[in-house]
Amino acid sequence: MDTVGPRMLSAVGGLLAQSLSIFDPASPSAHSIVNLAILTLAVTGLIFLIVEGVLLYSVWRFRYVPKDQAPGDEPMGEPPQVYGSMPIEVAWTAAPTMIVFFLVLVTTRTLWEVEPDLPKPAAGDNALFVTVIGHQWWWEYVYKTYDGRKLGFITANELHIPASDNYTLRPAYLSLKSADVCHSYWVPRLGGKVDLIPGHTNLIVLETKEAGLHLGQCAEFCGAQHANMLIRVIAHPPEEFERWLASESQPAKEDPAARDGKAAFLAESCINCHAVRGTAAGGTYAPDLTHLMSRETLGSGMIKNTPENLHQWVHDPQSVKPGCLMPAFGLDDHQLDLIVDYLQTLH
Amino acid sequence: MSTVEPTRGLELTGSPGERAVDLGWTSWLHDWTTTVDHKKIGILYVLMSIVFLVIGGIEALVMRWQLFYPRNDVIGHDAFNQLFTMHGTTMVFFVGMPILIGMGNYLVPLMIGARDMAFPRLNAFGFWVTLFGGLMTYLSLITGGAPALGWFAYAPLTAHTFSPSAATDFWALGLIVSGIGTISAAVNFLATIFGMRAPGMTLRKLPFFVWTMIWTSFQMLLAIPPLTAALVMILFDRQLGAHFFDVPNGGSAYLWQHLFWFFGHPEVYILILPVFGFVSEVIPVFSRKVLFGYEFMAAATMAIAFISLGVWAHHMFCVGMGRTLDLFFAVATFLVSIPTGIKFFNWLATMYGGRIRFASPMLFAFGFLSMFLIGGLTGIMLGAAPFDFQLSDSYFVVGHFHWVLIGGTLFGTFSGIYYWYPKMTGRMLSERLAKWHFWLLYIGFILTFGPMHVSGMLGMPRRIYTYDAGHGWELWNQLSTIGALVQVPSYAIFVYNLIVSLRKGKPAGDDPWDAWTLEWMTSSPPPPYNFEEIPTVHSRRPLWDLKHPEDPDWQYE
Repeated sequence: MDTVGPRMLSAVGGLLAQSLSIFDPASPSAHSIVNLAILTLAVTGLIFLIVEGVLLYSVWRFRYVPKDQAPGDEPMGEPPQVYGSMPIEVAWTAAPTMIVFFLVLVTTRTLWEVEPDLPKPAAGDNALFVTVIGHQWWWEYVYKTYDGRKLGFITANELHIPASDNYTLRPAYLSLKSADVCHSYWVPRLGGKVDLIPGHTNLIVLETKEAGLHLGQCAEFCGAQHANMLIRVIAHPPEEFERWLASESQPAKEDPAARDGKAAFLAESCINCHAVRGTAAGGTYAPDLTHLMSRETLGSGMIKNTPENLHQWVHDPQSVKPGCLMPAFGLDDHQLDLIVDYLQTLH
Repeated sequence: MSTVEPTRGLELTGSPGERAVDLGWTSWLHDWTTTVDHKKIGILYVLMSIVFLVIGGIEALVMRWQLFYPRNDVIGHDAFNQLFTMHGTTMVFFVGMPILIGMGNYLVPLMIGARDMAFPRLNAFGFWVTLFGGLMTYLSLITGGAPALGWFAYAPLTAHTFSPSAATDFWALGLIVSGIGTISAAVNFLATIFGMRAPGMTLRKLPFFVWTMIWTSFQMLLAIPPLTAALVMILFDRQLGAHFFDVPNGGSAYLWQHLFWFFGHPEVYILILPVFGFVSEVIPVFSRKVLFGYEFMAAATMAIAFISLGVWAHHMFCVGMGRTLDLFFAVATFLVSIPTGIKFFNWLATMYGGRIRFASPMLFAFGFLSMFLIGGLTGIMLGAAPFDFQLSDSYFVVGHFHWVLIGGTLFGTFSGIYYWYPKMTGRMLSERLAKWHFWLLYIGFILTFGPMHVSGMLGMPRRIYTYDAGHGWELWNQLSTIGALVQVPSYAIFVYNLIVSLRKGKPAGDDPWDAWTLEWMTSSPPPPYNFEEIPTVHSRRPLWDLKHPEDPDWQYE
């Protein structure tokens, strides 16, 4: 299958090169899980060494070697038959039971550490509340409140959150919903995954002191492009985050130079699915494009947001992300240029 | 032994091969397609499974090829999604279950001294329905492609809206049909074991494999009907406009997950309990010692069968059940490790102090012991719910369940096949080829599935047809693919050995392994009526009693 996507991606490989290791935690809950993981690995590792050791010793020590028997000897009888032993059975029932008891205790502790309750937003809580809606195969982010202030704007695919510091925790409470099928929200360095299930609302909390980009992706098979339903979480220091909020809450800026492009955009079927705040485009089926140019990537983290990639995407999304729900509209070159030029004014 | 007339007057005598010569290949074919002999049906099950094993294996190879490089484009997303759906479905429903049911079919009547299963025609029905279920599932290809759902097909992805192709209907129908076959096999096993044991064989004197088949059948009876019901609900939703899983109209997406895993978790024990039975027969015979702690082993089997009915939601830790339920299912999951541990220690104790002969069945039993242990331990990691929040649906899980299903089920089943092939055919398998088979599989298996644990912990989710470079996943995926290639010749050698030994193998005789259970008392292959005279049993090892009249087992049981 020949698509443009892979080639464009290799060109931006550097952009995506980053750890997603669960043993490289960047949040308190990811840390808790690493602690539990190391404990569990130690316990199971020890069991492994002992049992595998006994197994290897037994097969070595008790293997039958024909040369043990000199020619002409009486044929060897059977070894002594041992039918069982109550004390031994009790001992090796009790030992794993105690290990299980220990594992239950540490699991309980960690469970209560990492599974949060959803608080009510309040002024001065430094908390961000976002509703995440999983779609085939992209993420919709509805910003609700931050620090008790109402926000009420929608963006897509790149989640911006405030970073904590040594003095203030700034958790992001994400209410997880699905518009279609089951998805799963997983940013390994920020903690475990939580599923998005249609008809239910789940909760995940992202909280990190590490400003910058954190990668993840959908972890529940959700159809054709499950593999390219990537997650990008960008944590900002508080002032930077405030600036991002301020800019993102604005409606789209009017750029007189792109007036024709805007007209072309509004005249085409783009607006059936896409929204651009401040214009007649109010579709809710596809990503909100109000501040498209503030995003680093297109196609849910799949390709870098460059003019060429944007052009290719609008021209034929299927060549980039085959199976995605945006069809190629067969725009002529003129319309295409106008629309792409307009999109590039959406900062 | 004195000559006793066959119980069924119309049965032909002689081996199938001889009859083929006498009557031509059409009657040979007619004989195999209309047979109600449990031994032939058992062999048919095993052959069917081996064919599907090859198909499922080829599917896996194509996927590994696609994942060799980041952003590789050997196949597209659609083909890949179909491949992992069919690979999982095939291996669980058309390889794992039928091969175990087939072995059980062959062995249970022989081991309990019966002439056939309790319901021979139901038995034949069960096989053909299972086969047709498999064919029906693959018939989905005529819609232009297989279903692309994953083997657990989470609703509402199965809804008409998201999977409009009729492939999904074929898939659901295929599993319903083969499920009926499984249920009839389970009923048959229970009726046979409870009703047709040789005189003197009380339940406490059952060969251990037969004991595991009781509990496997019990689990099949409890687990398959919920799956069948859920599949019918899918078909109602898709074909009749019902709303079981249709969320906007009041259906529930959770419902499917609970129903599926209520089947799905007992299912993994259905796939392992008979294998515990195989190795519990093989290890004592090749260690030349009686099975250590039979009663505890038996109780542990029963405990696993019961506990496994209460752990299904550990597949659902990430769905937001809340802390209390998460803890409940984590605890239940940990509890399974206690009886499993007991079994393991008893196998080790059986070997300890024995005189271990490393013939091919024991070699594979060793493979089972050394690998299944690891699969069990990674299972404990996954049972620790918060750890599972990270590991769930990652490649770690893929590594884990292949470790259990190949390291456990497949190695154990190969052990059983090498052990009983001489009984089934009257010929020994080549030991030299068996060693090649074992070592290539052992190394290839570790190389394929070991790295998956690492890529999972590095954040790689399962079921992705491609991935980006730069997350450190490339190396581990490449090792996996190389491992898969190492496994290929091992399976080829196995199949070659099965075919060639049929004619060229050393004649086996009745009892080539100097074993202790009833099936080794009759000829190899056994006559259609199994035993000329139904033996009377006094202990768990009737042949030991015969061979050691001075020190029979029943003194100690």
